[in-house]
Amino acid sequence: MNFAVLQFPGSNCDQDVVHVLRHVLGHSARLLWHKEQSLGDADAVIVPGGFSYGDYLRTGAIARFSPVMEAVQAFAASGGPVLGICNGFQILCEAGLLPGALIRNRSLQFRCEHIFLRAVTADSPFTNQIPPDKLLRVPIAHGEGCYFADETTLARLKENNQVLWRYVNAQGEATETANPNGSLDHIAGICNEARNVAGLMPHPERASEPILGCADGRLVFESLVHALDERLQPAAV
Amino acid sequence: MKAKIIITPKKAVLDPQGKTVQSALTHMGYSGVGAVHVGKYLEIELAGADKEGARRQIDEACHKILSNPVIEDYRFDIE
Repeated sequence: MNFAVLQFPGSNCDQDVVHVLRHVLGHSARLLWHKEQSLGDADAVIVPGGFSYGDYLRTGAIARFSPVMEAVQAFAASGGPVLGICNGFQILCEAGLLPGALIRNRSLQFRCEHIFLRAVTADSPFTNQIPPDKLLRVPIAHGEGCYFADETTLARLKENNQVLWRYVNAQGEATETANPNGSLDHIAGICNEARNVAGLMPHPERASEPILGCADGRLVFESLVHALDERLQPAAV
Repeated sequence: MKAKIIITPKKAVLDPQGKTVQSALTHMGYSGVGAVHVGKYLEIELAGADKEGARRQIDEACHKILSNPVIEDYRFDIE
C-alpha cells in the first residue's frame, strides 16, 4: 500500500503519521511537499496535523490553495481515500471536501489531553475495523476544533450517516463534559457523502503503539488499509 | 486605492471571544454592554484606479479565501 502524507510549512504530525504507516503497519509511506502537483502512485492521502501557514487568516485557509491540494481534489473526486487529522481536518473543510468548519473551542482554551471516542458507524473506509462497542482512547491537541455546520448541513450529515466519531466519556456516553471543544452534536469527525474523504480532530497517529500508552488509534489506520485491500483487489480473498 | 475589509462571525455561529470580552467589559463596570462580536479587519493596497474592477476582485477574494462563508460574513469599502 502506498500512502502520501502531505507536508505544509507548519505541519508537525507528518513524521508521526509516516512512522505509524511504515513501522507499525509495514506499508509504504512518503512525504509530499505542498508544492508538488502530483500524488504519484498514492493509494491514499493523509493530511496531517500541525499549524499550516501558522494558522494565519483561519486554520487551513491558506494551505487549501497549495498546488498539492488540486491533486488531492482530483484524487478525492475519483474516489481515492483521503483522511485529514486535526489541522488536516480543518484544511479539508476549508477546501470544501468536507462540509462545515472548525472554529475556536467554546472554552477558548487550547485542549491537550486524552479523550474517548466512539465510532458511530463501521460503514466507512476509516471505521470498518472498529468494533461497535469499542471506545477509542486517543489524544487531542487543538485550539480550534469546535465543529460547526448550519442546521441543514447537520441534518444531512446525520441522515447520510456521515458522522463517524463522537466524543464520549469513559462510559461511552456523549455528555456535555465529555465534549472537549463545544462541537455541535459532540462531533469529532465526519466523512463526505461519497464516504471516501474523512476528517477528525483527535490524533490516532499518536496512539497507535502500546509504548505510547494506548494503541486504539491504530484501528483507524487498519480500517483504511482494509478498505484499500478491498478497493485494490476486489477479487482477492 | 485601498480596500478596507471587515469580517465578522455569522450570527448563528457561537462567538466565545465576543462573549468573553462582553463579560470582561461588564466586570470592569461598563454599563449597558450588549452582545460583542470579535472579527477581523484587513487593509489591502491596490494598484490602479478602476474601482469597479477592484470591487469585483475583492468580493471574489473575500468569498474564496479572506472569509469562510460557512462561519463568517464580510463587508468592504474601496477608497
